[in-house]
Amino acid sequence: MSIEVKEGRDIRKFVRDLVREHGDEKAELIPILHEVNRALGYISDEAIIELSERMHIPSSHIYSVATFYRMLSTEAHGRHVIQFCESAPCHVAGGRQVWQKLQNELGIKKGETSDDDKWTLLTTSCLGLCGVGPVMVIDSDIYGNVTPDQVPGILANYE
Amino acid sequence: MAYFRSHVLVSVDPVCVEKGAYKLIDALQDELVKQGLVDEVQVLETSRIGDPETQGIDLMVYPEAVHYTNLSLDDVPFLVEEHFLKGRVAERYIREVEKFADEELSAPQAKEVRIVLKNIGEIDPLNIEEYIARDGYLALGKVLTEMSPEETIKEVLDSGLRGRGGAGFPTGLKWRFIRNAEGDEKFMICNADEGDPGAFANRRVLEGDPHSVIEGMIIGAYAAGSNKGYIYCRAEYPIAVRTMKTAIEQARNFGLLGDDILGSGFSFDLEVRMGAGAFVCGEETALMASIEGQRGEPRPRPPFPAQKGLWEEPSNINNVETYANIPQIILKGAEWFAGLGYKKSTGTKTFSMAGDVINTGLIEVPFGITLREIIYDVGGGIKEGKKFKAVQTGGPMGGCLPEAYLDLPMDYEALAESGSILGSGGLVVMDEDTCMVDIARFFMEFTQDESCGKCTPCRVGTRRILEILTSICEGKGKPEDIDILRNLCDQINENSLCGLGKGAPNPVKSTLEHFLDEYEAHIYEKRCPSKVCKSLIRFEIIDGVCTGCTLCARNCPVDAITGERRQTHVIDPDICIKCGICEQICPYDAIEIK
Repeated sequence: MSIEVKEGRDIRKFVRDLVREHGDEKAELIPILHEVNRALGYISDEAIIELSERMHIPSSHIYSVATFYRMLSTEAHGRHVIQFCESAPCHVAGGRQVWQKLQNELGIKKGETSDDDKWTLLTTSCLGLCGVGPVMVIDSDIYGNVTPDQVPGILANYE
Repeated sequence: MAYFRSHVLVSVDPVCVEKGAYKLIDALQDELVKQGLVDEVQVLETSRIGDPETQGIDLMVYPEAVHYTNLSLDDVPFLVEEHFLKGRVAERYIREVEKFADEELSAPQAKEVRIVLKNIGEIDPLNIEEYIARDGYLALGKVLTEMSPEETIKEVLDSGLRGRGGAGFPTGLKWRFIRNAEGDEKFMICNADEGDPGAFANRRVLEGDPHSVIEGMIIGAYAAGSNKGYIYCRAEYPIAVRTMKTAIEQARNFGLLGDDILGSGFSFDLEVRMGAGAFVCGEETALMASIEGQRGEPRPRPPFPAQKGLWEEPSNINNVETYANIPQIILKGAEWFAGLGYKKSTGTKTFSMAGDVINTGLIEVPFGITLREIIYDVGGGIKEGKKFKAVQTGGPMGGCLPEAYLDLPMDYEALAESGSILGSGGLVVMDEDTCMVDIARFFMEFTQDESCGKCTPCRVGTRRILEILTSICEGKGKPEDIDILRNLCDQINENSLCGLGKGAPNPVKSTLEHFLDEYEAHIYEKRCPSKVCKSLIRFEIIDGVCTGCTLCARNCPVDAITGERRQTHVIDPDICIKCGICEQICPYDAIEIK
C-alpha cells in the first residue's frame, strides 16, 4: 500500500475526480470512501467536507458511515499498517502469543500509532486463511503460520 | 484461440499467494521460455488445491491430471524438464499425494458428493470457456429456451433446495414471492459476506468457480422477474472480488449478461459491491443498507426484503452456495437433487472444519451425515490422540454440542432442536483441554464487538454477558451469575432485532446446558478444570523432576523463578504472570499446572 501524501487542494481535487468517475449517487459512497482510504491512508475531515458538497450528502452521514466500517478509518495511520487476525481459528493456533509479542516489539497497543508514525497496529476480522493461522497483514503483504520468534524479523523488512 | 497441449493449474488462493504462488508462476513461465515450451504449455491460476499445512505450492497438470505437491522455486527447472520436455511424470513430487490418496483420503472421498465444489481446482476460474466446457451455462440455455419462469420456480421448489446461508428457507418459495411482488424494479442479490470466523466455503466458490454463481443468479432472476443484480462481497476477500469482476465482464462479452440474453428477450446485469468490514452486514437488511451507501444496520422485518428490500423494491437474497446449486438442479433435475440428503434437507452442504481435528479444511457431503462421521471419518479424529469435548456448529452464533450429540444427523431441523444452528457450515472441534467457559467468553467477545449497536438487547445484553463471563473466568463468579446469564440469554434472544442478536446467546446457553459442571467449578471451587483460565491456575515446579538446568529462570520474562544450579527451582506465585513460557520450554516436563 502506498499512501500518497496529499494536502488541502490536492485532496479536494482527488475527491472531485472520484465523484466524477463514480457518479454522485448515494450507493457510490462506500466505494468512494474505500478509494479515499486507500489513497490517503484514512478519510480526512477535508475529504468528508468535499464529498458532502459534491455528493449532496450531509457530512454527518458520511462520518457515521466512515466510522461504522472496520476497514475505513477517520484517523491518520502510520506509514505501515499491521492488521492482526483476532478470530477464533488464529487465536487457537497460537495467535495470543504473537499478538503479545507484536505489542511488546512495537511498544503500542491495539488501535495505536507509534510516536515516529512508522506503525499502526490494528486487528482484522477473519481473512478466511484459517489453514495457516496465526495470520497477519502488513500493508498488503500476508504472513501466515507466524510464531512470536519471527515477529522481529518480519518487522525489520519495513523501513 | 491458441491451443496448448498441457495446462498447468497453480493454486493462487490467499494461502498459496502467501507461500509465494505468484513467484512460482513467474519461475514456471521463465523456465518454459528457456526450454522453448511456452507455446505448448499454458500456466493458469486456480483456487486452492492441496494441503494448506505444507510449506510449498501445489499444482495440477492436465490432461494427465497429475497433482504435484509442496513445490518450491528450486523444483521448477527439473519439473519442467521432466514433465513437459521429456514427458515423464516427476515422481519425486507426487509421493505424498499418493500416500494421502491411498490411506487417508479414501474414506472422505467415499462420503463426499460434490455439486457446489465440482469445478473447484479443476478449471481456470478466470476463463469462461473452461466453465462452458464443463456444461457451464447449459442450464441457463435450457431455462431460457424451454422453461417458463413458473416452471423454473417449480423445479427449484421440487428439488427442496433451502437457503445455504443458514436460515434454510425454501429457495423456490422466495423466488415466487418476488415474482408475485409488486414493484418498479426487482433485485437479485447474492450474499457473499461470509463473515463467520473459520468459514471459507463461499470464498473458495467465488475464487474457484465464479460462473456457477453468476449462472445461478441469472436463472433466479429469470424466474423471479428481475433485471438487476448485486453480489455483495466482503472486502476481506480481495481475490474473490477481483475474480467475480473478471467473470462478470467475460459473461457480458459472451452475451450471457446484459440485454437480450441468448436472444431470449430477457435482460439481466450484475454488479459487485464490496463491504468495508462489518460482520453484521451478512444479515440481509443490513447488507441492503450497506449497498445503498448507509451504515450496515439491520431494520425490523416485516416488511420482508421480498416486499420492500433494496431501495424499497422487492429483493431476493440468496447465499453464494445456494446459487451455485441452481445450474446442477436444472441440468440433472429436481428429482436427482431431492434424492440426496435427509428428510426435509435435500442435497449437499459444505462444511469448513477447523480446530483440534487432524484434517482441517472444506468438505461437501449430503445432509444426514452424522457429526461423528464428519469428525472421525473425514476429519481423521482429534489431534494428538486427545479426547473429544465439544463441537461448535454454525459459526459464532452456534451452540457447542457435547459427545452425546455426535450421532446427530446433520440437517437444519436436527441442529435447531439440539440448540445449535447449521449456519454457514462452520465446525470448530474442541478437545479435552478446552475450557468451555473461556470459549463462551471468547465468542461473546466477538459478538459484543460486532454488535452494530442499534438495538438495546444486543448492544447492552452482550456486553453484560461478557462482563459476567469474564468475572467467572477470573475467579470472581458468584452463585447467582448462572441464573442471571440464563435470563440474559433468553432476553437477548427474544428481543433483539436481527439474527446476530438472536443467535448471540447460543454459545453461552449451550455451554450452560451441556457443561454446567465447568461453570460450577469456576464459581464454587474457584477452579478451572481444563487449566486454561489464568486467574485460576498456578505453575509449580515438581521437586525431583527439576534438574536445576536454569533454563526456565533465564527465560522467565518477570524473573519469578529462582534457584541454584542443579537444585530444584521455585516459582514465586506473587510475581508469576502465568505466561506459560517455563512450561513450554522445560526439557524435563518438570513444570505442572495446578
